[in-house]
Amino acid sequence: MSGTSPEKYNFTIVRGFAFSALFWLIIGLIVGLWIAFEMFNPALNLTPWLSFGRLRVVHTNGLGLGFGLAGIFATSYYILQRLTRVPLPFPRLAQAHLYLFNTVIALGALSLFAGMNTTKEYAELEWPLDIGVVVLWVMFAVNVFGTLIKRRENQMYVSLWYIIAMTVTIAILYIVNNLEIPVTLFKSYTIYAGVNDANVEWWYGHNIVGFIFTVPILAMFYYFLPKSTGLPIYSHRLSIVSFWALIFAYLWTGAHHLMLTPLPEWIQTVAIAFSIFLIAPSWGSVVNGYYTLRGNWDQMRTNYLAKFFILGITFYGLQTLQGPLQGLRTLNAFFHYTDWVIGHVHMGTMGWVTMIISASFYYMIPRITETELYSIKLANTHFWLILVGQLTWTITMWVAGIQQGAMWKATNPDGSLMYNFLDTLTSLYPYYRLRFAAGVIYFFGILVFAWNLIMTVRQKPQPNEA
Amino acid sequence: MGITSKPVVFAVLSAVVILIGTIVTVFVPLFMPSTQPVSTFVKPYTAVEQEGRDIYMREGCNNCHTQTVRPLRTEVLRYGEYSKAEEFAYDRPFLWGSRRTGPDLNRIGGKYPDSWHYKHMQSPQGMFEKSNMPPYGWLAKNRLDTTYSYKKTSILGYGYSKNDVRQQISQYKETVTNIAYPSKESRDQVTPQELRKELTEMDAIIAYLQKLGRDVKKLEATK
Repeated sequence: MSGTSPEKYNFTIVRGFAFSALFWLIIGLIVGLWIAFEMFNPALNLTPWLSFGRLRVVHTNGLGLGFGLAGIFATSYYILQRLTRVPLPFPRLAQAHLYLFNTVIALGALSLFAGMNTTKEYAELEWPLDIGVVVLWVMFAVNVFGTLIKRRENQMYVSLWYIIAMTVTIAILYIVNNLEIPVTLFKSYTIYAGVNDANVEWWYGHNIVGFIFTVPILAMFYYFLPKSTGLPIYSHRLSIVSFWALIFAYLWTGAHHLMLTPLPEWIQTVAIAFSIFLIAPSWGSVVNGYYTLRGNWDQMRTNYLAKFFILGITFYGLQTLQGPLQGLRTLNAFFHYTDWVIGHVHMGTMGWVTMIISASFYYMIPRITETELYSIKLANTHFWLILVGQLTWTITMWVAGIQQGAMWKATNPDGSLMYNFLDTLTSLYPYYRLRFAAGVIYFFGILVFAWNLIMTVRQKPQPNEA
Repeated sequence: MGITSKPVVFAVLSAVVILIGTIVTVFVPLFMPSTQPVSTFVKPYTAVEQEGRDIYMREGCNNCHTQTVRPLRTEVLRYGEYSKAEEFAYDRPFLWGSRRTGPDLNRIGGKYPDSWHYKHMQSPQGMFEKSNMPPYGWLAKNRLDTTYSYKKTSILGYGYSKNDVRQQISQYKETVTNIAYPSKESRDQVTPQELRKELTEMDAIIAYLQKLGRDVKKLEATK
């Protein structure tokens, strides 16, 4: 690589966050499987803290904040040091960041089990934990900007732009949406009311997904795809245009989550327009990824990492087409509040996000432990299991969504409703069973992934690589 | 471009770029009348209803139930009058939800008697065999904690005095513990002996559900 000896870099922290990510991934998926089962068998709501309403937020927060953020921190600390060619300026701060992060996520999970829930989606944590999140974010930001300021590489590569944008934007989103007045240590009320609260929340909800599940994942994609394939990114200019257009347009679109609600119509319409516009910068990155492999598509057979990255970016491409289309009023009237949207979200998380984080870890972990990946064969098994699991999962939910949307709308010739609500729900149980089975397949894939990485770091180091 | 060698400038520029859409679609509307219309028909929650709302939040009911009826023909047929902005003036937070695993609840108030809710919360499957709603009978086994009721309503700006809050609580307790309470039989069935003379969490959440959409009916009646 750059000739700088790896000892100088702080990779302990990368490893710490990577295995934290794996841990929260497995916990989050177990909870996910549990609630998937509850959807067709309510007997599993054994205790108050195992009831669906409480568990669903443990699932979303555990995976979004636990797995997602840990994966982002692990790869960001790696990418930052590599692309700036300086070690982390504050390694002890980073270590404290790791401990605080896991403490906050663990307390977060426990508090959600206990029903301390602000109900604002993806911002359910109560105010003391919000403060914890802000503190750990500042700790991260100090190392991000410290590294960037001390860098030995004049130009900042695309991945660093995405990391900067994420660092700045998440801070703003998180603080603004979580402004609340405490009642007790465990209870608070948001400062916003009614329509405004909805608007602030979905500005946050949409963009926290964007700046956790898109922006930093693109940072990984732009760094690890060329690294893994040995091919330079196709177009630097395209990546510049895509970056600025993406971060500009993203923030206008939150209201497409509030179509046909009492939110002022112009905010909804502006959100639709910008959602459609977002297809362009999203596909800018997709095209950049595809063209990077031009003339070298044989790597899809020979290089197991290429498969993860290309399938990952493909799901990103599909996601960013499906998203804006769902935002259109007519389609939204049909699909919103059904399982279609659940399918949409999970194509992004189980397809795009997990594929890219998996491949990034496969590239990174052997290098920081100076060894080879334990088994490429297992990595391939992991790939196929999560691909089949995810596709079965999402397609099942799309079909379920179409069916329920149609049943909600169906009327008799005299204009009365054809189905009562319960009929529209119970007709979905076969899909819920299939979804659970798909989740199990996916979960096995993730177990293979975890096993492969654990065995990799347990091997004896074999220096001279890299 | 020069800014790719200036991280701080890059960060500031990124912040400016993301704040443009934020200011136009989120910050400016915060101060516009269209996002905060008021109506004399829409009254704040009573202390008991607010406690019920907090239990609704604690149990994450919003994960399966929406509280916004869209202006669509079949939706209005199914649930009732579509939702208006002014109905939510006192909602902190809003509870519109994002998925309807169960039906919308924005017009549930007054649709069924309290007795229906006691029975249904106790055992959704007892009422609808194939329902997947978790049972919430245990809420009737928890005495309602009203320690912070006044503090809550004052933070929420409902304008109640301490005495108002005390009165609202004792009044509702009087209602549900009265022998003449129309839903007495079902309440007694789900409430343990020692709590029958007290307010339970179940009483509060039902009080909250019965409030949903009631004010707007009065509003519509005047049109």
